[in-house]
Amino acid sequence: MSPEIGTHQLESDTAGDMNFKETELTLALPGESRTLKEMNGGTIGTKRGFLETVDLNLGSPRADCSDKDRNESENDVLTAAKPPAAKAQVVGWPPVRDYRKNAMKSCKYVKVAVDGAPYLRKVNLEMYNSYEQLLSALEDMFSCFTIRNYLNERKMVNGVENVPTYEDKDGDWMMLGDVPWKMFVESCKRLRLMKSSEANGLAPRTPSKCSSTSG
Amino acid sequence: MNYFPDEVLEHVFDFVTSSRDRNALSQVCKSWYRIESSSRQKVFIGNCYAISPERVIERFPALKSIALKGKPHFADFNLVPHEWGGFVYPWIEAFARNRVGLEELRLKRMVVSDDSLELLSRSFANFKSLVLVSCEGFTTDGLAAIAANCRCLRELDLQENEVEDHRGHWLSCFHDSHTSLVSLNFACLKGDINLGVLERLVARSPNLRSLRLNRAVPFDTLQKILMQSPNLVDLGVGSYVHDPDSETYDKLVTAIEKCKSVRSLSGFLDVAPHCLPAFHSICPNLTSLNLSYAPGIQGGELTKLIRHCRKLQRLWILDCIGDKGLEVVASTCKDLQELRVFPSDPYIGHAAVTEEGLVAISSGCPKLHSILYFCQQMTNAALITVAKNCPNFIRFRLCILDPTKPDAVTQQPLDEGFGAIVHSCRGLRRLSLTGLLTDQVFLYIGMYAEQLEMLSIAFAGDSDKGMQYVLNGCKRLRKLEIRDSPFGNGALLMDVGKYEAMRSLWMSSCEVTLGGCKTLAKKMPRLNVEIMNENEQTDFIFDDAQKVDKMYLYRTLAGQRKDAPDFVWTL
Repeated sequence: MSPEIGTHQLESDTAGDMNFKETELTLALPGESRTLKEMNGGTIGTKRGFLETVDLNLGSPRADCSDKDRNESENDVLTAAKPPAAKAQVVGWPPVRDYRKNAMKSCKYVKVAVDGAPYLRKVNLEMYNSYEQLLSALEDMFSCFTIRNYLNERKMVNGVENVPTYEDKDGDWMMLGDVPWKMFVESCKRLRLMKSSEANGLAPRTPSKCSSTSG
Repeated sequence: MNYFPDEVLEHVFDFVTSSRDRNALSQVCKSWYRIESSSRQKVFIGNCYAISPERVIERFPALKSIALKGKPHFADFNLVPHEWGGFVYPWIEAFARNRVGLEELRLKRMVVSDDSLELLSRSFANFKSLVLVSCEGFTTDGLAAIAANCRCLRELDLQENEVEDHRGHWLSCFHDSHTSLVSLNFACLKGDINLGVLERLVARSPNLRSLRLNRAVPFDTLQKILMQSPNLVDLGVGSYVHDPDSETYDKLVTAIEKCKSVRSLSGFLDVAPHCLPAFHSICPNLTSLNLSYAPGIQGGELTKLIRHCRKLQRLWILDCIGDKGLEVVASTCKDLQELRVFPSDPYIGHAAVTEEGLVAISSGCPKLHSILYFCQQMTNAALITVAKNCPNFIRFRLCILDPTKPDAVTQQPLDEGFGAIVHSCRGLRRLSLTGLLTDQVFLYIGMYAEQLEMLSIAFAGDSDKGMQYVLNGCKRLRKLEIRDSPFGNGALLMDVGKYEAMRSLWMSSCEVTLGGCKTLAKKMPRLNVEIMNENEQTDFIFDDAQKVDKMYLYRTLAGQRKDAPDFVWTL
């Protein structure tokens, strides 16, 4: 009996029509989607699956960033066993206190690589409020190294000797400064201070998916 | 025992300290009840709505120390609407009015207003200890009142509270003559602290043994404080970011080396991992280490630190330690008794540990008795192995991030795995389950989990039978909390008398209907059956067949509570 539950859920979720029905925003009270399941031939019990709860709580998934849109269309055909973009939030899941969640949230450590340096550093992006603050912190962090290893007077002056770049969520290497600070913090996965000579093939300074305004 | 004078009995009872034991004493006979009640100083109230403060005072006139719990456990996960209740003010007001000689107050999941703290600080001349865990509703102004007025204060311990921070002046409210501090924990405060005031406070507190700092306390202040307090037993580091090549760092290393009494270490809320070696000298003495708020400590730095901690009994960490890191723990910490592995990225839904880490720990740490483990996946085979390796579990809480995930290898439900746990661990008192689970697992729980007191269920089971097995079998059950599981009226109403032998039952997003709850409430007048409406709307559903979104019932001698908000309906 039990293995059927798992596969049944997969079946009902991937069956073309039912997929859309279940992700449709309804104002139905808890239990409605179970009726749909029963209609679908499910006599296995009225357990509300985790997935159903996810669907009921998703709100309007399309209102957000384009990331989600892309993921959803890709997942249409694949088993929709995973919530869209794995970002769906069920109330109270995972069972972690807000206090702890907030404490984790305000720690966004990313690796910083500097061309020529033998080791990387890590910075907590949440500790800064602007690009200026971040860049000056990076200058401090790497100035010691520079002075120790480069006997000449060359300092890390960003924008002249080195180009600060970052890898975003999509894996692209971008120049710092194009998007609002908060959006940058959200999407930055790692930083690299690139030698200017190498910095020629970077993504052009055109606004990408979410243009202008505050993050 | 009739021929012993009361004083002798009282003296004997003094040696019995736990609430449970004293409760047992009081039930032996009337005179024991009388003597015990009149001499009990430390009282524990597991549900602040189960009894009125007046009644507590009446029964325990010698009351000096009280612990109160407010909101149900699932409030931690936002399942309980915000204004539900759990106010401490009426208790403090009643104690003040009745001139209780209150010295210690310990609160968990309660709403504590600044007014309550103010009243507390002014009403009890001998007040010594305030411990607030997961509370809310107060600001640093309330703390200022405590600091200023509680001249005998020894302990101020704030654990994971939501405090509105009005900046650091509250610390200055401790008088210059206040030298009695033993324990100070303000790690959860978000705002700035007057560092000079802090240093002076520490300098004039020779008895200080426990100090947990917040993020606003920087490296050099830590160094100065440690120089002043080499006798610390418990240290919570705030901010730990510095240049390891500096003089301050060297001074810190010296200071730490002198702190030979430190047994418990936590914090590192901001951390430069390359500065961690400064702590290696005290690691061998540590019995408790909490790095669960230090995501900045990862990989090699983390395992290096742990390798020095051979005496560890309690470890709280983030899952970024990975299965490999847990293997290091397993081979290093042979005395480990309690392990908690938290998700470092709860929003993404991906954990960095699997069943392998758990198995490694279980085979390396035979003394393990408590575990909380957030993981990516689990298997029956792993759970069966863990059950065999560690038959001494008292608390076993497993949280797979995808809560209905089956056995990662066989795709079967995890019934057999958890069944092995309850079968092997005869002393199990607390259990939380996740994964694909059918009624079968509850059959096992009902059959084997004889000592079980608290059970947490989410997205599990197939039918009423599941819940019935549990209610039938677990004779010692006190707290049952269930969410998103298909248990309905059949299970709810099977044995209504059982709920008077329990503290509470929580059911949300299950199959119970309004009619079922009404029936229960009618049969059991000494239960409060509270229904909470989704979205906190005020218009209730009047159709008995309608499913209830959230139900919380608890036994009580205090009747329906008068402070319930609109969205709570007590049947």
